[in-house]
Amino acid sequence: MLLLLASEAGGAAAEGFEAGWLTRHVWLIPLLPVVSFVVTLLFGKRGKGGGAWFGVTLMGIALLLSAGLGVEWLGRGHVGLEEGQPAAVAATYRGTASGDQEHPVAQVIEEAERTGEPKASIPGHGEAGENHGAGGGQGGAEDGDHGEKPEKAEEPKGHALPTGRLSLPTAEAGGEAAGGEHAIEVRPYHEAEAGWFHIGPIEVGFGFHVDGFAVIMLFTVCFISFLVHLFSTEYLRDDRRRTHYFASLGLFTAGMLLMVSSSTGLQLLLGWEIMGLCSFLLIGHWWEESKNSDAALKAFFTTRTGDVGLLVGLSILFFGAGQTFNLAKINQQAITGEIPRTWLVAAAVALFIACIGKSAQFPLHTWLPDAMAGPTPASALIHAATMVVAGVYMVGRFYPVFFSAFRIANNALGFNVIALIGGVTIIIAGLLAFVQQDIKKVLAYSTVSQLGYMVMGLGVGAWTGAIFHLFTHAFFKALLFMGAGSISHACWHSFDLRDFGGLRKHMPKTFVTFMIGTAALMGLPIFAGFWSKDEILLGAWSNGYKGTFFLVGCVGAALTCAYMTRVVYKTFWGEYKGPQTPDAIEHASHATHGHDDAHDEVAEAKAPALVGASAYQEGAKASADPDVQAAAHGTAQSERGPHDDEASHTSDDHGDDPHGDEPLGGYPHESPWPITVPLIVLAVMSVVAGIINAPFFGLQFTHFSAIEPIVAAGVPEPSFSLTVAVISTLGALSGLGLAYAWWFAGARFGLEGLTRRNKLAGAGYRLLEEKYYLDALYERVIVRGIKGPVAGLAYWFNQNILDGVIHGTAWTARRAATFTYDVLDQEVVDGTVNGVGAGATGLGRGFKHMASGKVQQYLAYLIGGAAAGALVIFAITFNRS
Amino acid sequence: MYLNQFLLLAAVLFSIGVYGVLARRNGVLVLMSIELILNAVNINLVAFGAFHGQVDGQVFALFTVAIAAAEVGVGLAIVLLIYRNKRSIDLDQVAQMKG
Repeated sequence: MLLLLASEAGGAAAEGFEAGWLTRHVWLIPLLPVVSFVVTLLFGKRGKGGGAWFGVTLMGIALLLSAGLGVEWLGRGHVGLEEGQPAAVAATYRGTASGDQEHPVAQVIEEAERTGEPKASIPGHGEAGENHGAGGGQGGAEDGDHGEKPEKAEEPKGHALPTGRLSLPTAEAGGEAAGGEHAIEVRPYHEAEAGWFHIGPIEVGFGFHVDGFAVIMLFTVCFISFLVHLFSTEYLRDDRRRTHYFASLGLFTAGMLLMVSSSTGLQLLLGWEIMGLCSFLLIGHWWEESKNSDAALKAFFTTRTGDVGLLVGLSILFFGAGQTFNLAKINQQAITGEIPRTWLVAAAVALFIACIGKSAQFPLHTWLPDAMAGPTPASALIHAATMVVAGVYMVGRFYPVFFSAFRIANNALGFNVIALIGGVTIIIAGLLAFVQQDIKKVLAYSTVSQLGYMVMGLGVGAWTGAIFHLFTHAFFKALLFMGAGSISHACWHSFDLRDFGGLRKHMPKTFVTFMIGTAALMGLPIFAGFWSKDEILLGAWSNGYKGTFFLVGCVGAALTCAYMTRVVYKTFWGEYKGPQTPDAIEHASHATHGHDDAHDEVAEAKAPALVGASAYQEGAKASADPDVQAAAHGTAQSERGPHDDEASHTSDDHGDDPHGDEPLGGYPHESPWPITVPLIVLAVMSVVAGIINAPFFGLQFTHFSAIEPIVAAGVPEPSFSLTVAVISTLGALSGLGLAYAWWFAGARFGLEGLTRRNKLAGAGYRLLEEKYYLDALYERVIVRGIKGPVAGLAYWFNQNILDGVIHGTAWTARRAATFTYDVLDQEVVDGTVNGVGAGATGLGRGFKHMASGKVQQYLAYLIGGAAAGALVIFAITFNRS
Repeated sequence: MYLNQFLLLAAVLFSIGVYGVLARRNGVLVLMSIELILNAVNINLVAFGAFHGQVDGQVFALFTVAIAAAEVGVGLAIVLLIYRNKRSIDLDQVAQMKG
């Protein structure tokens, strides 16, 4: 069969499918951050800047490699097109089995290259492949019905793999206007596996799997991680554990890269757990404050709760798929139905629980806002490229399992658990974002909400939309977090929205980039978020979720617009309300303490002069005399430790004051280049990233999203719909308009103080502020409910069982010791020793007299002995004769 | 030729020598007694040599005389040193080897 394919594809095509150097050496990319981790940890303290530049350099190289990998990937399989065949005809899909089991997988790296190479294949694995490029005439004739094209007769095993349902309107085809079913060109993936360990007859491999999804993830992770490294060099310049911070960043990135490029489930689990550890390290980076270490523990334990699901799910799939961890094999068997559906459902539910924990979906989302206790660049990394994205990635990677298990394409129920959880998360997190006073927490809830979009997208069958949103969201969410970091950097480590205001005049670069990120997050047309969100909504619309999840998505879009308007208003418009010098921060904290109780933020927003007014005046006074002020600053800086900054209400009040060597103005000012450059780069990406998959650009993202298992599973891929785009934009704009009316022009509509006047609104506000009482539920009911009986049981166990055992052991030991001492030690051992000693003494005393020292006595013994000997000899001789 | 009278003489000499070695306290006399023992042996050697008609005994006796001279030299030197240290050659007082 493969021979057949090879001959059909032709020599040129076979060469074209040759895996490039980077594809074959993809392990280099996860290796670089590992090297960064090790080198930074070992030598970082000696290096310049705490070893920060090791990480920046190595991540830069990794970024270049991953970009090169992307280029190589795009180059794969283009040969057919270049040979002048129509794009539709050049569609090739080969569903061969990789890594055949009968080959000795161990020791040698096995290149399971699914190219047209004449490689021996095991019949049992059934290469269910089709080559539509067999002949131009045939392909052209069947162009219209590629989607339903049945299996060819000569397939060794009847795996009905519907192919080509994805449509790729090529540039010539003119986008969605064609509307026809163009077969998509599916590039062969590359997989290299080596033996890892055996358990009895089971071989567990360790390898790398390169396909479009992995390539785009590798690129995104490297990109974000590089910028985060660069940003951190400035942001954590004076941190006391800078070396450990950068080492953790390296390991974190390595974990994610290892996970997205892994070819086996076990390796995926490895990367997943490394990330769990690193998120713990980074969130608790400033562990001196118990709040931070609590947040780290909460993140770790909450995600661990989900991780159990991953273990269970992987185990089920391992046994369901004939004792293999290989992702490609599992997916293939999920598609062909070799794994019983009951198993699939169980595995899918278990895996989805892992996703809920890691990607902070509805019941387990509470750790993510608390995770804001970590340094801001680490938050950007966690939210944009690693950690929370891992859950979505995992569901995307095992998508055929979910797709078959939940019957996503044609579901009689009209919903499934994935879409449901995603939809609920969008709404509840979007609402929670309104009541947060901490800019990072608003962004955190926004991340939760956006992850909800991705999960809902996966739930409604919009696979491409979900991973495209994953891709674009990485850029604009990293941008927003780093923007927040830049703002905080300028405002003396405050993250409190009540401290900001009017910053657009003081930080123009941050302002512009933050606005671009906001527009992208809102999903305004042209910006990145628009295209990706639109694809998810389109999936919901066209896959039969028009009345449910489509609406949820639109409401979510409106919510997103509204809360981001609030953030932008409070941060960049109005007057600056925060402290202007570090020593004014204390006054500011006193001045704003009263507002912790005031729930009515509308009134607060409307009265900027009241908030921190005293601080403002203090600051103004203090800055009247520059010398005095400089001196005050100096002392304040020397006295303030990195961690006793009580002033800001938020978490990121750490590190020494970074403004020591800069002229101190009365207002915040723009951040230095290592902060602004990543912002600008990300802002550009936030605009450009979405256009990749815009219809007028030819849906170029399909090159990465059209991967084998997805196409083989028959995941629908609707083309751009103007109706959906208009509806979603209208939804977003309505949210934007309402929020504008509320915050920018609230006084005109008499909305001020609504939550105080209206009981219902007040109750709603309180519910949101208490985060639906979920934390209370977890802490008071679940944790305490478990803690009490568990503690009681533990106490009883301790008192009765453990103490009994210990007492018994002690009593026995005591008796044994007494016996040993009295009998064995005193009598036997000592008796022997003393007896030997006494015997020696007696003998010595007896023989002492022999050694008199008198020569003649010795001689007498000698002669006496000789005489006795002579007598004996004489007696013997005499007797014999 | 009769052997017995020589053997008897040698036995008497030997016994006198042994008695002298064990009983006398004077170091020089002990050395002289040792000479008596050696000469008793010499008599035996010469007598047995003559009795068997061979010269081996006489040759052996000559060796013994030479060695006895050396032995007496060493012995007298020791006695002289003992005398220098103790102003006495009483062997009963030389008991430093007492254990």
